[in-house]
Amino acid sequence: MRLYDVIFRNLRRRMGRKLLLVAGLAIGVATVVALMAITATMQADVANKLDEYGANILIVPKANDLSLSYGGVTVASAAYDVGELTVADLDRIQTIENARNISVVAPKLLGALPIGGHTVLVAGVRFAEEFHLKQWWDTAGEEPDAADEAVVGVRLAHALRLSPGDQVEINGRVFRVSGVLAENGSQDDDILFIDLAAAQQVMNKPGSVSLVEVAALCAECPVEDMVKQIGGVLPQARVTALRQAVTLRMETVGQLSRFALAVSAVVVVIGGLVVLTTMLSAVAERRQEIGLFRALGFRKRHVMHVILGEAVLVSLGGGVLGWLLGMGAAVALAPRLANVVTPVIWSPVLALGAVGGALLVGLLASLYPAASAARLDPTTALRSL
Amino acid sequence: MIQLEKVTKTYNGHSLPVHALRDVDLQIREGEFVAVMGPSGSGKSTMLTVLGAMNPPSQGCVVVDQIDVYGLDVERQADFRHEYIGFVFQQLQLLPYLTAQENVLLCLAIARLPRTEKLTRAREALARVGLQGKEDRLPYQLSGGEQGRVAIARAIANRPPLLLADEPTGNLDQATGEQVLALLRELNGEGQTVIMVTHDSQAAGYAGRTIQILDGQIVE
Repeated sequence: MRLYDVIFRNLRRRMGRKLLLVAGLAIGVATVVALMAITATMQADVANKLDEYGANILIVPKANDLSLSYGGVTVASAAYDVGELTVADLDRIQTIENARNISVVAPKLLGALPIGGHTVLVAGVRFAEEFHLKQWWDTAGEEPDAADEAVVGVRLAHALRLSPGDQVEINGRVFRVSGVLAENGSQDDDILFIDLAAAQQVMNKPGSVSLVEVAALCAECPVEDMVKQIGGVLPQARVTALRQAVTLRMETVGQLSRFALAVSAVVVVIGGLVVLTTMLSAVAERRQEIGLFRALGFRKRHVMHVILGEAVLVSLGGGVLGWLLGMGAAVALAPRLANVVTPVIWSPVLALGAVGGALLVGLLASLYPAASAARLDPTTALRSL
Repeated sequence: MIQLEKVTKTYNGHSLPVHALRDVDLQIREGEFVAVMGPSGSGKSTMLTVLGAMNPPSQGCVVVDQIDVYGLDVERQADFRHEYIGFVFQQLQLLPYLTAQENVLLCLAIARLPRTEKLTRAREALARVGLQGKEDRLPYQLSGGEQGRVAIARAIANRPPLLLADEPTGNLDQATGEQVLALLRELNGEGQTVIMVTHDSQAAGYAGRTIQILDGQIVE
């Protein structure tokens, strides 16, 4: 028989109560683990979806105070144009401090041009960037791959009776319609998209850009910082952060993870108190026994080992069980409660944290009961003496 | 050789200090069987705890084999109890969740001995008190006399030089009490030093020497 045999035998004897303590710890650990796993998964989910949310920064020329019809931008008449953005500005956007967070820079040149007797809103874009930015775009036909190809919004296509393969003439230049965009309910339904350089030519605005949409992939940094940085390199431009679903979602997740931390702190304190009271009452109940240990020559250290050894086993049990329960709850609840599609992340850090945390809380909360047990005097503990 | 030199033990009572032992001088030689007799409250149990390195005296010193017991620090006092003293408690103090053998092994749990050696010593001790074959019984599966013998086996398993018994027959009927006393006398016959506290003169009759204690003082 060694000290740990004493621990095991006692655990076995008071199995019911120890299981209750393990269950109590496990519920606490499970709560923390589930909250952490769900918020981590939500963060990953938002980061994964950032591309799908489109642009979150809009750059337009300053002092252009007309209402605009694309993304809130109307094509300004020349009289009000103070200074248009140019293609050269696009490269300067890439020089900002957070340039590595920029996912897409999508410039647009807008103009109202006559086509077949109608006045049509024409947007010159860089198709590769535009398709990257608008992942929801669904094209009937083909994506354009030549400078003289065009993509038509669905309502405009109906109005002009255009379908893939048709040709349109704009200011004497002929474009082939390569695809028609599926209806998506935005202003894109009414626009004819052509290549930026071609648009500059047909509108006779070489090098000019009406507005720039930027998608920034920045899960952590505030988008306002990037807005300031872009404003710094483009003093003639008005740069606005679009308060979009993604930003709101990030804020929600941020609030939720702060809430999760606060709840976890409370749970840790309660867990510690539960262990403390349980161990204190266990020590009180075992006074005679501990006194016997001391009378038999157990050192204080040995008594501490007996009590803390029990705490270690109970905490480990609670930690492992709680981690499993918490991860199970996260897997079951994350899709329903948090509406995430990203699978729950089985983080080894969280596993170690859960078990290690339970162990730490269990040990710390048992230190005082163990020390008070070790202080028990063999004579006062043995009532018969 | 056990020596109490001018040992005084004063407890701080609620209003007045209680003198449990006053200026006690006592020498016990190796191999003696000493009965300490006295009415309850006479200080005899205090004397046993003072002898057992569990209860430091207010004044005076306890010397065992030239070791000043209370000159040792608290942890060394625990070691001293482990190496030098075997206790037989009045309430026996067998742990109900351990078998007879495990109860005996309990005092060896902290000994630096190989597992097999601990087992051998426990089995020897149980055999010595006549409990071979009952090693795996839990205390409630044993009679009162058998429980008393497990308590003695636990006290002698670590082969301590000194066996201290506190009213070992207190909770036993006369017949089983006599068995336990006979066992203590047998052990003493084999060279074991035994000090027993009792209020029963018949029990004291088993000892080689009887010390009467009254109001904290040895009277004969």
